[in-house]
Amino acid sequence: MKWMDEFRDRDLVVSLLGRIDTACMDRRYRLMEFCGGHTHALYRYSLIEALPEAVEMVHGPGCPVCVLPAGRIDMAIDLVRHRDVVLCTYGDMLRVPGGRGESLFSARASGGEVRMVYSPLDAVDMAERMPDRQVVFFAVGFETTAPATALALDRARALGLRNFTVFCNHVLTVPAMRAIADDGEEAAIDGIIGPGHVTAVIGSEAFAPIATDYRLPVAIAGFEPTDLLAAILVLLHQINAGEARIENAYARAVTAKGNEQAAALMNKVFALRQCFAWRGLGELEASAFKVADEYAGFDAEQRFGMDDLEHADHRACRCAEVLRGQMQPRDCPVFATACTPEHPLGACMVSSEGACAAAFRYEHRPAEVEA
Amino acid sequence: MGVGLALDLRHGCVDINMGAGGLASERLLQELFLPAFDNVALQSLGDGAVVPMPPGRLVVATDAHVVSPIFFPGGDIGGLSVHGTVNDVAMMGARPLYLSASFILEEGFPLADLKRVVDSMAAACHEAGVSIVTGDTKVVEKGGADGVFITTTGVGMVEESVGIAPDRARPGDRVIVSGPIGEHGAAVLAQRRELGLETALTSDTQPLHGLVAAMLESGVELRCLRDPTRGGVASALNELARASGVGIALDEESIPVGGEVRGVCELLGLDPLYVACEGRLLAICPADGVERLLQNMRAHPKGEGAAIIGEVVEDRDRLLVLHAPWGGSRIVPMLTGEPLPRIC
Amino acid sequence: MCLAIPARVVEIRDEGMALVEVEGVRREASLALVEADVDDYVILHVGIAITRLDEAEAERTLSMLRKVVGGDEKENTA
Repeated sequence: MKWMDEFRDRDLVVSLLGRIDTACMDRRYRLMEFCGGHTHALYRYSLIEALPEAVEMVHGPGCPVCVLPAGRIDMAIDLVRHRDVVLCTYGDMLRVPGGRGESLFSARASGGEVRMVYSPLDAVDMAERMPDRQVVFFAVGFETTAPATALALDRARALGLRNFTVFCNHVLTVPAMRAIADDGEEAAIDGIIGPGHVTAVIGSEAFAPIATDYRLPVAIAGFEPTDLLAAILVLLHQINAGEARIENAYARAVTAKGNEQAAALMNKVFALRQCFAWRGLGELEASAFKVADEYAGFDAEQRFGMDDLEHADHRACRCAEVLRGQMQPRDCPVFATACTPEHPLGACMVSSEGACAAAFRYEHRPAEVEA
Repeated sequence: MGVGLALDLRHGCVDINMGAGGLASERLLQELFLPAFDNVALQSLGDGAVVPMPPGRLVVATDAHVVSPIFFPGGDIGGLSVHGTVNDVAMMGARPLYLSASFILEEGFPLADLKRVVDSMAAACHEAGVSIVTGDTKVVEKGGADGVFITTTGVGMVEESVGIAPDRARPGDRVIVSGPIGEHGAAVLAQRRELGLETALTSDTQPLHGLVAAMLESGVELRCLRDPTRGGVASALNELARASGVGIALDEESIPVGGEVRGVCELLGLDPLYVACEGRLLAICPADGVERLLQNMRAHPKGEGAAIIGEVVEDRDRLLVLHAPWGGSRIVPMLTGEPLPRIC
Repeated sequence: MCLAIPARVVEIRDEGMALVEVEGVRREASLALVEADVDDYVILHVGIAITRLDEAEAERTLSMLRKVVGGDEKENTA
């Protein structure tokens, strides 16, 4: 089994595109791909352009870098600037500007100790090797990534480390999906492409409330071109038939119950925050993790007495509407003018998976702006 | 270290006096650089080198090399600094002849490593048929450089009849790459300890002037040549498109990418089109000559994996566009900052 | 959140760790949350396996996809 090649088979892709075309009836279909990784895949594989006109892909908020409030980045920068720590972070976070215009990258350039890691387990190893330095892991991500942080916390505790903490910013998928669907008429989404790897962890049953409470079909998709197209086809069929079910189109990786070991571990090391401010989506209840009391010794916010820093979005920023699928990037007044990947004003432009950054990079022709 | 003692090339380190122009500098020159770069012009030790030049037009190119790690699978900063500048000269269709080499050494840099780098440069020069005829050495305090920085400037001669330039691409022309892409960048990135990757990938660093000479002999008109180093194929082709005022359409399926390069890129979320090569070239030629040029390149050891990857088109936006096997396409934009490994 | 790829388990090591391989490139990864043996494929994300890939399901999906698109041709020739 060639796991990547088979699901990128050219003939299958061409045929699926044809089937999608046939399935389109005389109406528009607004489908939201929730996950930033799916946004990236749709562009990377040139699928957006290949889909029929009737199918409009609306880019969802499933990009943890995009929805992380700018204030939380400032908190990480302050740690680096004012406390003697080594901050470990994923590459994605390095260039994201906080509310004061700085990033971890610029904090590093002015002498702060910021190290890129591939895995939170590497940050634990680092802490073990440097017992006289405080190592802080900047944890971001949805439920795909949270289990790795959980393993790191568990390992740190097993090792009895006194110099390892986590600055926890993990966020949850279903509450965000509810926030999108809650908009009802205004969002006007007809179906959702569910995030395949989040679902591998939480199980497809987790999305049942979305289908029943909001009458929205959800098709769980993998990340290869045939996966995405198969999921789109599933949604079209359901929409045409007036159905609203959860369908698992990524059966090789996803089950109904998900990874129960991962869920159990996350329940042990994390607790739900009562509220968390999402960039663009605002305050959402029970939508994010903090480090559980039992692991309080590994919580950076407690060890370093970190104050919550808030930062309002730029006045001209319309990310809130873009993230909720109410506006397309190209319709935002500042898209590609005041707001560009080099100079992002808001969440959707900061990460390459952000709806606006993706549209800017892969679709936008400079002439369109001058017209 | 006192006067009269030979350099300890096994256990010694660079010290600040070696850049001061006095006896320590002289010792470094006599015992390390001269024996390696042995040639008449250099031996004369003038402030500059007087060298004979064949007829034609003079081409000059320069490059600074700051790669880390200094030693990587398939090469090191020394070989890279020779190949890089030899290739820049060759991309103008010129025969590279002479190099200058200036070194910025960090205090404390092991002399054994410096000797290894210098020997590597000497071997690369020998293979490429060029000589290092003049140079300079400075030493900075610890922390002021990453071991060693090398800047090489190269000169060569190009025949009057050769007119290779970035602005010569025309709609209808074809684009060829000389072999699989992204090997240098992926090999060096894979060496970064914090990524924890194990791979047999090696850098593709090599001199290309022999391949260019063979291509010139094919008789096919070469409109543009470029070696896709920093920023990869995507950056090089974007630059050519902009300079020539055209668009370039790439056929995704035709672009040669090795398995392990793909592995590193998939793991880290990188696009091979932006990953550096150090031993590949891109050529743009008229459509009616492309098959002949391709065969000619494949017959040369440095062009065995050559492939036609795209075509030049009319496009007032001067964009590089990648066409997927299933008919869709996407823009391949200019890089904005260094591509970093990502998790999303 | 989703850059996760299929990786083959090459070697089981101590403490829940394993050596995995993607297109010839190898890395250590944690198998603590997934049951997998040598030559199984897992989905690798930030240094851990989040699930094991089910080859039978993969074959089933592919053959279903082929049937779905094949059905189109049958309709046309009927």
